[in-house]
Amino acid sequence: MIRLAVVGLGKMGLSHHAMINAHPGVKVAAVCDTTGYVLDVLNKYTGVQTFTDFEAMLRDVALDAIIIATPSSMHAQMVKAALEKGLHVFCEKPFCLDTAEGEEVTRIANEKGLVSQVGYHYRFVGAFQEVKRLLDAGAIGTITHVLAEAYGPVVLKPKGGTWRTQRAHGGGCLYDYAAHPLNLVNWYLGMPIGVGGSVLNSIFSQETDDEVFGTLYYEGGQSAQISVNWSDESYRKMSTKITIWGTNGRIYADRQECQVFLREVPESLPDFQKGWNVRYTTDLTEPVWFYLRGEEYSAQLDYFVRCIEAGNGSDNVNSFASASETDKVISMMIADAEQGASFASGAAQPVVAKQKKGLMTSLFGR
Amino acid sequence: MDRLLFGDNQFFGVNHMSEEKARAQSMRFQDIQAVIDVLDNAYDEGVKTFMCTTHDRIALVCDHMRADPERYKDFHFYPCMPYAHKYANAVTEDGMIGALKRFMPDEGLINAALRGGMSLAKKDIEGITTLLVDAEMKMFAGLSTPVIFLQNVVVDLLLGLGFKEAFRIFADHVKKRYNAEPGFITMNMPMLLDALEEQGIENPIVCSNINKIGFRMCGGFEAYEQTLKTKKFRAIAMSVYASGAIPPKEAIEWVCQQPNIESIVFGASSRGNIRNTKELVDRYWPK
Repeated sequence: MIRLAVVGLGKMGLSHHAMINAHPGVKVAAVCDTTGYVLDVLNKYTGVQTFTDFEAMLRDVALDAIIIATPSSMHAQMVKAALEKGLHVFCEKPFCLDTAEGEEVTRIANEKGLVSQVGYHYRFVGAFQEVKRLLDAGAIGTITHVLAEAYGPVVLKPKGGTWRTQRAHGGGCLYDYAAHPLNLVNWYLGMPIGVGGSVLNSIFSQETDDEVFGTLYYEGGQSAQISVNWSDESYRKMSTKITIWGTNGRIYADRQECQVFLREVPESLPDFQKGWNVRYTTDLTEPVWFYLRGEEYSAQLDYFVRCIEAGNGSDNVNSFASASETDKVISMMIADAEQGASFASGAAQPVVAKQKKGLMTSLFGR
Repeated sequence: MDRLLFGDNQFFGVNHMSEEKARAQSMRFQDIQAVIDVLDNAYDEGVKTFMCTTHDRIALVCDHMRADPERYKDFHFYPCMPYAHKYANAVTEDGMIGALKRFMPDEGLINAALRGGMSLAKKDIEGITTLLVDAEMKMFAGLSTPVIFLQNVVVDLLLGLGFKEAFRIFADHVKKRYNAEPGFITMNMPMLLDALEEQGIENPIVCSNINKIGFRMCGGFEAYEQTLKTKKFRAIAMSVYASGAIPPKEAIEWVCQQPNIESIVFGASSRGNIRNTKELVDRYWPK
């Protein structure tokens, strides 16, 4: 039985807690959060031991592993403390806002042979796994271009006062939404050699971005384009899509299905046919022990547990090393956006009109 | 309960197979009259129970039904609460307590509770739960709601956390205040039944995926078969077609052979499909 703690009981932490608590191989020994009322209710109704002090929890509770789901600005410090205690760590995304810190904790985890994993759950979605399988099998020949998109209805008005609306804490469309398609592109194509044309625009938010666009450049001339908007109410919930063009066809995938157009059928895929091949989630999804909000969320936690049980602490899916690549691309895009576009002489860069400060900003400043 | 219940996923752009199809459906059903037309088709085909989320737009359907009590005298709503996206988006915007305040009809209670040393007493949890239920039920005033469901996202969150007493609180309130049967939607049916039994909720109405290919039947196909055979509960099968992965005839024939199932909930957008499902059920599930 793995003894585990959950830190940070927001939207992600609470659902991780519910899923891992139902896992037959895990005992949730403690939870930690700064808000007393959430802890109080959990303790009263479920009996779980609760802490408001992270250090005290690490000191007082015997643990094997930890799930960290606090705002990203707190990740590096907490992950480091947990690793130094010898705990296997599952950390929410985005991993570390400072890439140097990300590299340091990656090194510690590797030195200690601990399992490290970051919650890029799209790598556990059947349709996106199918894309990876198809690319590895050379289905569409040489890849020329990838379009990675994500849209959804998160910030729909100029209001809101949680950490998710502040880039300094790891909030914003780039960190919260764009990180996912970027992570998928990293999985499919590896690390880019450069980025360009990055746009981080605010639509409603005062302290962060709501839409993200940009281009990633790869060795050999391949490119990927990112188009992300979390202020798009035409989507019912977050929708992530990948389109990949290659010399032998095209792949399109979202959470529900994977559509492949093949010009010729490669020998590696004898079950496929020339032209369109479509497979659906019902067919691509492996069963999970407990379902809360999508198989992928359960599957990634089960994978974490299995890696701990197998003592596999280095080359697992979504390891710290792998998540750090996505952190790096994110910081490259921030730097690129700050630099701005090249303009004809005399023309000034467009300036977004300053919005009137809301109450929250006036009270707490920037 | 009727043997066939009409679901509402198709009206709100929920399709587990294709995002394109989901979008086409939300365009088609943008006008509430298009929803009402399909409900009328179902009603006239003898499918008289509408199992629906407490989505804002359902309030318009309720208004329509209330305006013509004679025509809809046999029409029943089975409300399923809450419409989770509404709350999830609010939590992202305002944080947990901010969201709670936004949906509470009376802010006084939660403010008082929070002032009391940031600690919520048991009666406060009961109070908040029942007030949230009442807020969701407002739109159904004056209409028949013989069964009231707790949605799977909430049921399974509470189940995973081990917060099982909440099921009891919900069941008691629904019985007392609305004279209705409590229902529970889940993706983890065998596990939920153990929890409900533990809470002394007898012969509960439980709606879960039950289909021939085992799609989203967590705990495993065999555990579902075993639970259906051995436990005392009123099962509703949903996702019997597994989002279209099983041909209709094969899907219905199989479900009708399973023991202990009282109803099937299904969605359809055309009168033809409603009639086909009804005919299949009449054929394979003789009275």
